[in-house]
Amino acid sequence: MKSARARVWRRTALLAVLLLAACRATPDTSHVTTLTFWAMGREGESVRQLIPAFERAHPDIHVRVDILPWKGAHEKLLTAFAGDTTPDLCQLGNTWVAELAALGALRPLGQRVRQSRVIDASDYFPGIWDTNRIDGTLYGIPWYVDTRLLFYRSDLLARAGFDHPPASWAEWAQQMAAVKRLVGPDRYAIMLPLNEFEQLESLGLQQDQPMLRDDGRYGNFQSAGFEQALRFYDRIFQQHWAPKVTNAEVPNPWAEFGQGYFAFYLSGPWNIAEFRKRLPADVQKDWATAPLPGPDGPGASLAGGSSLVIFRHSRHAAAAWALIEYLSQPTVQLRFYQLVGDMPPRRATWKFPALADDPAAHAFRVQLERARPVPKVPEWERIASQLAVTGERMAHGELTPDQAARSLDRHADAILAKRRWVMDHGVPASHAQGAP
Amino acid sequence: MNPRRLTGWMFAGPALAVMGVFFVLPVLGGFVLSLTDFDPYALANLHNLRFVGLGNYLALLERPAFWSALGNTLYFVVAGVPLTMLLALGAALLLNQRLARWQGFFRTALFAPVVTTVVAAAVVWRYLFNTRFGLVNSWLAAIGLHPVDWLGDPHWAMPTLILFGVWKNFGYDMVLFLAGLQAIPGELYEAARIDGASAPRSFWHITLPMLGPTTLMVGILTLAGYFQLFAEPYVITEGGPLQSTVSVLYLMYNDGFQWWDLGVASAVAFVLFALIFAITSGLLALTRRRGLA
Repeated sequence: MKSARARVWRRTALLAVLLLAACRATPDTSHVTTLTFWAMGREGESVRQLIPAFERAHPDIHVRVDILPWKGAHEKLLTAFAGDTTPDLCQLGNTWVAELAALGALRPLGQRVRQSRVIDASDYFPGIWDTNRIDGTLYGIPWYVDTRLLFYRSDLLARAGFDHPPASWAEWAQQMAAVKRLVGPDRYAIMLPLNEFEQLESLGLQQDQPMLRDDGRYGNFQSAGFEQALRFYDRIFQQHWAPKVTNAEVPNPWAEFGQGYFAFYLSGPWNIAEFRKRLPADVQKDWATAPLPGPDGPGASLAGGSSLVIFRHSRHAAAAWALIEYLSQPTVQLRFYQLVGDMPPRRATWKFPALADDPAAHAFRVQLERARPVPKVPEWERIASQLAVTGERMAHGELTPDQAARSLDRHADAILAKRRWVMDHGVPASHAQGAP
Repeated sequence: MNPRRLTGWMFAGPALAVMGVFFVLPVLGGFVLSLTDFDPYALANLHNLRFVGLGNYLALLERPAFWSALGNTLYFVVAGVPLTMLLALGAALLLNQRLARWQGFFRTALFAPVVTTVVAAAVVWRYLFNTRFGLVNSWLAAIGLHPVDWLGDPHWAMPTLILFGVWKNFGYDMVLFLAGLQAIPGELYEAARIDGASAPRSFWHITLPMLGPTTLMVGILTLAGYFQLFAEPYVITEGGPLQSTVSVLYLMYNDGFQWWDLGVASAVAFVLFALIFAITSGLLALTRRRGLA
């Protein structure tokens, strides 16, 4: 009995010694910094392939890429902030930058950019760079750009009597009317899914007046400019140039475009690859892209896409910045473009033949110079979702454009009520937590 | 405290502790939240949190979106619950016949929709009910009817969801009814037959009364489930067209998890809870007075 207990003691002691030894052995490998990088959807899957080259160049940094689904990403980010488990760096949809900056979750990056030899602000498209600047402070580096422009069926347009895409709203309307006459009652000139707000948002961005006024305190949808956008949007549906459908009813827009169900499609860069992949060979020569026409000539479009940001609570900000610089190199951006088809935000990257010589990408290059940021308030997405709801009601004839504008202002003012209170009485997060 | 009582508390203790931590506390927390305007600004700094009393509840009563969501939910419940129960009872009666063959097969087949995932089934339904290429519209065309814009017409979208809900859920109620039917003693039917009762009369005077408690339970379960309509509009229609399929729970999800307006969302949750509670207890009281339960 006694000897048995002694044996147990000896074994425990041995185990303890081994454990201690193991503990002491770990510091040798702990020079390696592990960076946690949250990326979303397809970007997340593709960026993993770019990481090994970065790790070879920086043997002391190991990058762990966690992939979030787009649909749950916003919720996950806010939960992580509430629970203090934010990653070191993150891919952030650039309409979310204002919100996370308001939370005080992000590190300002202006100082690092000024010292950087890789990231040159003047090489970026100005609209997309500007989306990352909130009240004069830079919080993110653009990673890729997403904008909306026209995909069109050049053969249908030619049969309707036009040899070029529209350059202004008047010409666009003319062409839509002609295409609609050509294709008859069962087909349409354009497809504007009623559950998406980006189309109406883009038309609104083209106006001289901003969509929010007084420093983002109130909606400005009853301005002459936005009312003009609403009337144009409304006209497209009342003339039956566009079908009154949502995405749920057109699960395969590519095939529909290929079959000529509609001739214009207002969409984003990812569809270049989709159309090349999905349309039959004999239709491939019949589609093209064109910059978005504006009210009186070439128009602006939205500056969407994602930025790379560093979280305030990251303990490896320097390493995270090294990764951002690596991902911002034109050669790496080119590789990223080839992997996912996301448009690079730097003019230098667009000089590579893969982009410069691609006719479908050319319209994007032109459009990106005219990309404009959406209003930079945390509530913008919520207001934009009202654009879709109101636009849909208008298309179905429940609202006139005037009523739609009034309704949008009423909703926007209600959504912005807390913002007004915080601006007047509350504590902005960045002040409360002190400058870094 | 006497030892017997202490023993009792010790046995009940663990279960009570679990319920306290995972049910009572969160519910109380949710109620407190519903009295505030908790939102991302409050998340940034608690000084931006304001106590608004019943403000969220009062604002809800003035919000058209809430009333239309409530209307949509009631539409789903009022049409969906009776349909589901009738279909379930009918199927259970057929399966309970001694003459029915391949009972096991049919029971499994009819129960299968219950155990399929909503998302997978919903995606298939979206294709079936597509206006231009859907199988359903091509059947309609085959018998000479006009195509219906099932998911795109605001008047048809909710009926389509109801159809989906009924198809998806009646199997569960059917199994419960089947169990209820099998518990009815055969002697009752035998006696009725000897007295010369017809099949409809024995259904009316034996089957239905004997199924009373089962029907009540099935009714309450279905009702409570249908009030919490969410996955169907979330996956199939995303609340559209024209917000005609936004349910109360969908509204709550958008307020709470999309826009992080947790104060408002908690208020919506409590209103929905109060509603379900009131209706089910009303139902219970009614049946108790009639002596059914």
